[in-house]
Amino acid sequence: MRVTVVGAGPAGLYLAILLRKADSDHEITVVERNAPDATFGWGVVFSEGTLGALRDADPRTAVEIDDTFARWDTVDIRYQGRLLRSRGHSFSAISRKLLLDILQRRCRELGVELRFGVEVDDPARVAEMAATTDLLVGADGVHSVVRRAHADAFGSSVEPQGCKYVWFGTDLVLDAFTFIFRETEHGLFQVHSYPFDERTSTFIVECPERTWRSAGLDRMSEQESIAFCEKLFAADLDGHRLLSNRSLWTSFLRVRNRSWHHDNVVLLGDAAHTAHFSIGSGTKLAMEDAVALAGAFLRHDDVGAALVDYELQRQPVVERFQQAAAESAGYFSRVEHHTDLAPLQFAFNLLTRSGRISHANLEARDPDFMRVLDAWFARDAARASGNAREAGEPVAIAPPPLFAPLRLGSVTVRNRVARTVAVLSTEDGGPEAGTARALADVAAGGAGLVLVGPVAVTLAGRTSPRSPTLHTDAHVDAWRHAVGAAHERGALVGLLLGHAGRRGSTRPPEHGLDIPLDEGGWPLVAASALPYGPFHPVPRAATEDDLAELRGAFADAAERAARAGFDLLELDLAHGHLLAGFLSPLTNRRDDDYGGPLENRLRFPLDVVRAVRDRWPGERPLAVRLGVTDWARGGLTVDEGVRAAASLVAGGVGLVHVEAGQTVPHDDPPYGRGFLTTLSDRVRSEARVPTLVGGHLTTPDEINTVVGAGRSDLCLLDLADSPLDRELVAAGSAPPVPSVPQASSVSQASSVPSAPQAPPVSSAAEASSAAEVSSEVG
Amino acid sequence: MRIGIGLPNTTPGADGSLLVDWARRADDGPFSSVAVLDRLVYDSLEPFTALAAAAAVTTRVRLATMIAIGPLRGAALLAKQAASVNALAGGRLTLGLAVGARRDDYEVAGVEHRGRGERLSAQLAYLRGSGRDGRVRPSPEGIEILVGGASGQAFTRMARYADGYAHGGGPPRAFASAATKALAAWRHLGRPGRPLLWGQGYFALGDPERGAAYLRDYYAFTGPFAERIAAGLLTDARQVRDLVRGYAAAGCDELVLLPTVSDPAEVDRLAEVVAG
Repeated sequence: MRVTVVGAGPAGLYLAILLRKADSDHEITVVERNAPDATFGWGVVFSEGTLGALRDADPRTAVEIDDTFARWDTVDIRYQGRLLRSRGHSFSAISRKLLLDILQRRCRELGVELRFGVEVDDPARVAEMAATTDLLVGADGVHSVVRRAHADAFGSSVEPQGCKYVWFGTDLVLDAFTFIFRETEHGLFQVHSYPFDERTSTFIVECPERTWRSAGLDRMSEQESIAFCEKLFAADLDGHRLLSNRSLWTSFLRVRNRSWHHDNVVLLGDAAHTAHFSIGSGTKLAMEDAVALAGAFLRHDDVGAALVDYELQRQPVVERFQQAAAESAGYFSRVEHHTDLAPLQFAFNLLTRSGRISHANLEARDPDFMRVLDAWFARDAARASGNAREAGEPVAIAPPPLFAPLRLGSVTVRNRVARTVAVLSTEDGGPEAGTARALADVAAGGAGLVLVGPVAVTLAGRTSPRSPTLHTDAHVDAWRHAVGAAHERGALVGLLLGHAGRRGSTRPPEHGLDIPLDEGGWPLVAASALPYGPFHPVPRAATEDDLAELRGAFADAAERAARAGFDLLELDLAHGHLLAGFLSPLTNRRDDDYGGPLENRLRFPLDVVRAVRDRWPGERPLAVRLGVTDWARGGLTVDEGVRAAASLVAGGVGLVHVEAGQTVPHDDPPYGRGFLTTLSDRVRSEARVPTLVGGHLTTPDEINTVVGAGRSDLCLLDLADSPLDRELVAAGSAPPVPSVPQASSVSQASSVPSAPQAPPVSSAAEASSAAEVSSEVG
Repeated sequence: MRIGIGLPNTTPGADGSLLVDWARRADDGPFSSVAVLDRLVYDSLEPFTALAAAAAVTTRVRLATMIAIGPLRGAALLAKQAASVNALAGGRLTLGLAVGARRDDYEVAGVEHRGRGERLSAQLAYLRGSGRDGRVRPSPEGIEILVGGASGQAFTRMARYADGYAHGGGPPRAFASAATKALAAWRHLGRPGRPLLWGQGYFALGDPERGAAYLRDYYAFTGPFAERIAAGLLTDARQVRDLVRGYAAAGCDELVLLPTVSDPAEVDRLAEVVAG
């Protein structure tokens, strides 16, 4: 086979080595526009896993690479004058130039033809090369000409990602991967730095574009920018210099391709995909690509089949890294908002930024770090909860963050776990029989906060005829009874109070949501006269009188909720319901004081918050469930959502339950585990308010990570059913498991046709004897 | 996890007698369902018609569309077709719907490609009882509905209207990732219980080359992805068992194995693997 590789970087050279090793009949030519000893960038990082793969693929080069590696297992975080160290992260790095030397030598030894100083600069040339070889490999980096020659066929996208950055070296030799955060009058600067040989370390400086411009870096020469950075990081550099190698400020480019091959042309490494440098995986992914592609040619004689095999193997892996890289890049572009976090929590937030390391992972890597963080968190929580004794004593071990109490207003939630109970109503709007039992079960199961609702403030505000209401005093006693049942089991109870707006008058949710009632429906009211979805009735745009009445209805219902003993009140400003309908530009087309710019769209929700705050007891926390983005074109953006959160906090809100989406039926949410966590992090750090977040968090470890890192204060747990729960019950080691509602009602769960028959068990711990509950709260 | 088998309604050379023979064998075998695909611009049997034929010769298996391209049909006609098959089969229909992947199906049907997602949502609302005035009967009420698709919109649509999710195929890892999204969407919309999760894969136990050639042809419109789909073809017992194990571990409720070769012995070959 004749193979032409464009680009003599690590990916291209390594592929040439492996192909030639596998079959010395392969004629392999590598063309490179630069000279053999020209190189850009300084050191590159590897993990132990990558080293193993290299050892398997070519022991000869692996030994040489191994011998030159700088190794360390520590991450240093320099932040607010403190140095925090976390151990157990095995890293290795090598000088890029040295790595290329080793690979070039091996290529020559194996008879690969290396041609330097050959420029491949236009698509016609690429086509010509492809036509005269069996396989053309585009290993020509982020600006790949080979990729650009077939951009449509590859489905390429290239976009800037994250901060402005510059890639320096330094003669300061570090003994750890070192992050440095330095505040300036222009904003926060960060450094990513690590050693790669006995004399030199990589030293990447970055900051958001706004900070970069404010500092005047956009107008500085290379020398001026070096001087600026040397001065800024003088304390860290400790008299050492920054070394430049045409080191210019730039934006990282994220490269993606829908397909990595086209006919006999294939992309490798950065040409196919980039992963933000802050997760240090670019060279690793590139060399693993080479291993996979060479391996595919061992399995397939046919070029097409080998390229498909390569792509099938590598795309899912790379996709995961790109996802983690995007999280990491996003973190660094927003990290300036995290400077209110205590150093230890700041460090944990940093270490868990990409979603690849959790509380449990870090506990395995660095038990001391996690022990100290857990102890710090417990003491901090005790201090905030007014527990002077615990706060003042030197705690050495403590339960993980999930179990720390949380002070909100004058109430204390016993832990960080919230569970929702969707209650259906009796004919007349009261909580149906079994509600007390459902609340008691969730409380007994360990939740600190039981969140009930939604309950409507008026009859017209119901979602379905089965939605409970608090529009009269009639059901206050029934609710008090249910709340009492949860209180007896140690949980606090919150009420989600709302008005369905244009999503009202629909069938109960067992066979689908947003199915308008044919009969027995009621007229809808909303910010503007726009129907929600197919076959929905057009709501009336609320008049001034409507608004006054609704304000009153919210305030009256809040007072009833207080009398019923609810500990926390949450106003529904999410999911396209009435109040959220005012906030979103997609659903608010009003031309009065309540429509237009964000301040106007917020006016009515803020009016309601103030009216409720006046009637809801001052010592009890008032929360909002806030949709901070619509996930739809032309809708509310996250920036607006965060600003809205800040205004609501100024209006008396003490907790934001971070939500998003459902404003319009065609929204496009990024579903997955913890898909709301980043939004919560933004609200909490930018609006500086405690948050509650859900978004499919299913394990205690996820909650420990989210809460421990300060991304949220409370988490909605979405427990999955485990066969072990049933096993414990069957073995008599746990009481029988009652039907516990998850994000849904008890009575509806089993009525879905041929739905999975497993009972909606939450956990064995949540089980409580039906007899016991019925005797106490029945 | 239950295992279903596809009917040969899109494989080359499939005729009525093969389809009926196939359905009978499947009904006798260890399969829980028979399923059809939907493609307008391809030499294939229309899915509801094929299921009607299968309904007549089976008594046990569920009849599923995996999936039917909803927007190619008007909502009322779609509901009528589905309700009719469901009536013929004594309530055994599982109606999988999605927007499909091919623009030419829309062109030939004379239906706008733009707005297909919203039209599918409207059809689902109609099937669930919105905007029906009772003049079109039998009623589609109570038919089990699955929705497919991979976008955030598709998962929201599934969670809003359907009983479950129909995955489009791939390795167990891909299914697991989609299943997580389906579950997250279901919870986010506050639906009770959890969604049914259906998966699918292609097999050719007798003549793998012919099977792969069919897949390359059937998916030619996807360009380089056709090769990837062909590479996932299950060609021996071990591969089938690995996929079954992987899907079961990922929480799949029903895995439908679709044929690629019009040979009734394929049913028996698969039955042997599945039963063993």
